[in-house]
Amino acid sequence: MMQETISFTPQLAASPIAGLLWLIPALPMVASGVIALLKQPRRKISATLSIGSLSFSLLLSLVAFGHVLAGWSHGAAVRETVNFTWIQFGSVHVDLGWVLDPLSAVMLVMVSLVGLLIFIYSVGYMEHYENFTRFFCFMSLFAGAMLGVVIANSLLLLFMCWEIVGLTSYLLIGFWYQKPAAAAAAKKAFITTRVGDIFFLLGIVWLFAQTGTLLFYNGGAGSLEAGALSGLLAQPAALGLTAAGAIGLLIFAGAAGKSGQLPLHVWLPDAMEGPTPVSALIHAATMVAAGVYLIARVYPLMQAGALTGGTTAALTVVTWVGAATAVFAALIAVAQNDIKRILAYSTISQLGYMMAGLGMGGVAVGMFHLITHAFFKSLLFLGAGSVIHGCHGEQDIRKMGGLRSDMPLTFATYAVGMLALCGFPLFFSGFWSKDGILEAALHWSVARTPLYLLVFGALLTAFYMTRQVAYVFFGYWRGSKPADESPAVMTLPLVILAGFAMGLGFIGTPAWPWFSGFLESRAVVFNLHGFLEPGLLALMGISTLIVFLGLGLGLMLYGGQSPKPEEPDVLEQAAPVVWGWLRDRLYVDELYGVTVIAFYAWWGRVADWLDRRVWGGAVTGVAWVFRGWAQFNRLLDLNWVDGGFDKGCEELASGGGLLSRVQTGRVQTYLKILALAVALLAAILIWSSRA
Amino acid sequence: MSIAFYLIAALTLAGGLAAVLLKNTVHCALALTVAFAGQALLFLDLDAQFAGFAQILVYIGAVAILVVFAILLTKGSETPKGSVYSRHSFAGLVIAAAVFAMLGWAVIHSVAAVPRGPAATPSVTVLDIGNALMSRYVLPLEIVALLLTAALIGAVIIAMHEKERAK
Amino acid sequence: MTPLAGFLLVAALLFSIGLAGALTRRNAILVLIGIELMLNAANLNLIAFWRYGPHPEALTGMMFAIFSIAVAAAEAAVGLGLVIHLHRHAHTTDLDAMNRMRG
Repeated sequence: MMQETISFTPQLAASPIAGLLWLIPALPMVASGVIALLKQPRRKISATLSIGSLSFSLLLSLVAFGHVLAGWSHGAAVRETVNFTWIQFGSVHVDLGWVLDPLSAVMLVMVSLVGLLIFIYSVGYMEHYENFTRFFCFMSLFAGAMLGVVIANSLLLLFMCWEIVGLTSYLLIGFWYQKPAAAAAAKKAFITTRVGDIFFLLGIVWLFAQTGTLLFYNGGAGSLEAGALSGLLAQPAALGLTAAGAIGLLIFAGAAGKSGQLPLHVWLPDAMEGPTPVSALIHAATMVAAGVYLIARVYPLMQAGALTGGTTAALTVVTWVGAATAVFAALIAVAQNDIKRILAYSTISQLGYMMAGLGMGGVAVGMFHLITHAFFKSLLFLGAGSVIHGCHGEQDIRKMGGLRSDMPLTFATYAVGMLALCGFPLFFSGFWSKDGILEAALHWSVARTPLYLLVFGALLTAFYMTRQVAYVFFGYWRGSKPADESPAVMTLPLVILAGFAMGLGFIGTPAWPWFSGFLESRAVVFNLHGFLEPGLLALMGISTLIVFLGLGLGLMLYGGQSPKPEEPDVLEQAAPVVWGWLRDRLYVDELYGVTVIAFYAWWGRVADWLDRRVWGGAVTGVAWVFRGWAQFNRLLDLNWVDGGFDKGCEELASGGGLLSRVQTGRVQTYLKILALAVALLAAILIWSSRA
Repeated sequence: MSIAFYLIAALTLAGGLAAVLLKNTVHCALALTVAFAGQALLFLDLDAQFAGFAQILVYIGAVAILVVFAILLTKGSETPKGSVYSRHSFAGLVIAAAVFAMLGWAVIHSVAAVPRGPAATPSVTVLDIGNALMSRYVLPLEIVALLLTAALIGAVIIAMHEKERAK
Repeated sequence: MTPLAGFLLVAALLFSIGLAGALTRRNAILVLIGIELMLNAANLNLIAFWRYGPHPEALTGMMFAIFSIAVAAAEAAVGLGLVIHLHRHAHTTDLDAMNRMRG
């Protein structure tokens, strides 16, 4: 039973919270705007505005969640939309709107809760840094935009908020812009995600052209509803795809850029140049999850045309890319020495898991891992931030050690997060969410390879996290100054997140799959027989084994050891060539540098040459023609006109001079002339009279 | 054409030539006097006695003396250094020759219209001249009187020493 | 050669001599002398034409000549006065030196 969609009119809204849903992203954005307009940097005001607005958004999100939950518990599939026309050209109109359904409700709560905890943490972390106010301005803007992505009912509105999220990511990665590495990383992030976004935009345009609307749900007329989808399926595109599949792949390209999937993952590790709270919020929990959320949101489009038990070309691509990314990133993470870089590659790897989960198992599988990952990854990042804070800015794990005793609370929470990430059985959320994905891989109809890849990835995950924890918290201190525990404002969020990292798992167990039921609007009962599905217990056993294997290997190689930074790593000694490849990130950046970037640099030079020589030359040529003409005119003027005139005057003057010689001033000359004239006249008279 | 005519003519012409050719200006003035005298004799030959005596009185008695005075007052009595002829004097000579050529040619080729031969000697008395002056020619007489007065005053004004302008 | 022609030729010659003198001599006074000679020649012409003309009893020629003599005397006086005045300023009677009116 679906609730009717509501067209936006100023005076009525069927469900009050749906009508007020726009406040959730608007409040943090307004807070950001107010902070931006402050004349002087004010720490207290900016922090208060940001935390206050996001708390209010959290409150509203909880109310919305409660509303949906109440509807769900009464057997209603809630999907309330509020749509309005934004632009109208003739008969074509572009609509925007927002939607309140289980998917958006869950994301709202997650984003605002994790965001709020990270904001509180930032107050402590950023205390010793400058530009505190600017930080909170950008963070608020990000929070508002991310919440906008989550509630958008229009692909256009989603894209607009998506772009703002990208902008704030750029601004926050390059927060310490005086550092050249940070500025370069910000640029790289923006450009790489832009490549994805171009395909995304193409998908949006194609979808609009094909279906005439960009709204997801619009009382049957939305682009994700049956009518539009059947139209898209009927339209063939290239390579044996239908329009639906092609558009889905284009949208996935955008998601791949934002979520760091394989070819476009290069920006994420460099994004660690930003402050740690930024890495936690944006590059672990939320922004990178936006790509996964996007696929989940347009899942009907991705899934359109799938036969029962089968899958579509688009989802197959998503799965393969996800699985490949998971393993690729995990391999590189093994050989990294920067505490945040390891976590960055881990994030990329886990995003691959999420994409694979979406592709093979559906929205609930992928989203569950997204939610759990948000909590434990942000916990890990904040913990890493606490470690960096305590080690006075040191980020190399080979220069840490023994922090178990110096920073006990950080260690405890970090250990919880690490175990959740590895998927330690039963009491850690990561186990349940990752197992959901492995189960979906097990039952995938196309191939078994993703399963093997994901299992191998799980092994690597356990291994490299153990290595990191061993280097940082065990052994003995290798740094310069002794380390201190962080203040309560930083450790309290860690504790809260640790609680979630442990407890969230229980909403998605096979015995009580509440999460998937909530998302898919199905009734759920607690049933231990859920564990008896074929192959499930075996799979759980295998994944447990893998985790212990990875942990054991890690402890064996690294436990208790604290090699000096100059000494090579144990694995490096064993396989130096492979270690070298992994440490150098499998040369993807270098490949881009040689191909794409080199091409663009060459193209830029060609364009510059064209501009300066050809177009500039043409312009210069025209200018020279005019100059020549002007010179010619000048010469003409000088020699002919002026010269002629001058010459004429000169001749006249000299002629006058010559003539004036007649006036000798001497009387006798005049007399001579007179006499001559008289003589001549007389002669003439006489002659004429004679004749 | 008696001998007397030729002699007198020769005298006049010689005087004239001398007047324009001599280097010393005073000699020129004196030669001029001789030319005037010759002229007077020619007048007498032409039975114009009054004119002849008027010539002697006025020309020799006044003009020639004036010329001599002028020469003396302008220190012209010194022998001039350099040439006495002006620049381009040859052109002047040529022009004078041309004039003479024209006049002479005109005279020789046109006198036929006038009756030749000695006409009757006119008897002109001073009484006749006086009567004519007072009757028919009274206006020219008065004008000439005016002219002479003006010339007299003018010559005096022109020739006298300028007073220094009182400052 | 009629007597008239003879007198006319003498007059012409005298005129030319006077003209030559006026045109060729450097001294201003000699120019005036030349002019006097020219006037004399003109007077001779007048008297000659009176004597050999149709009506000598009308006295026209004689009168003309007498007036001419009077005017010549006046002109000589003024002219020589001018020469004297000029000499006072230029300290010379050289006509070649007096070319301040030249163009």
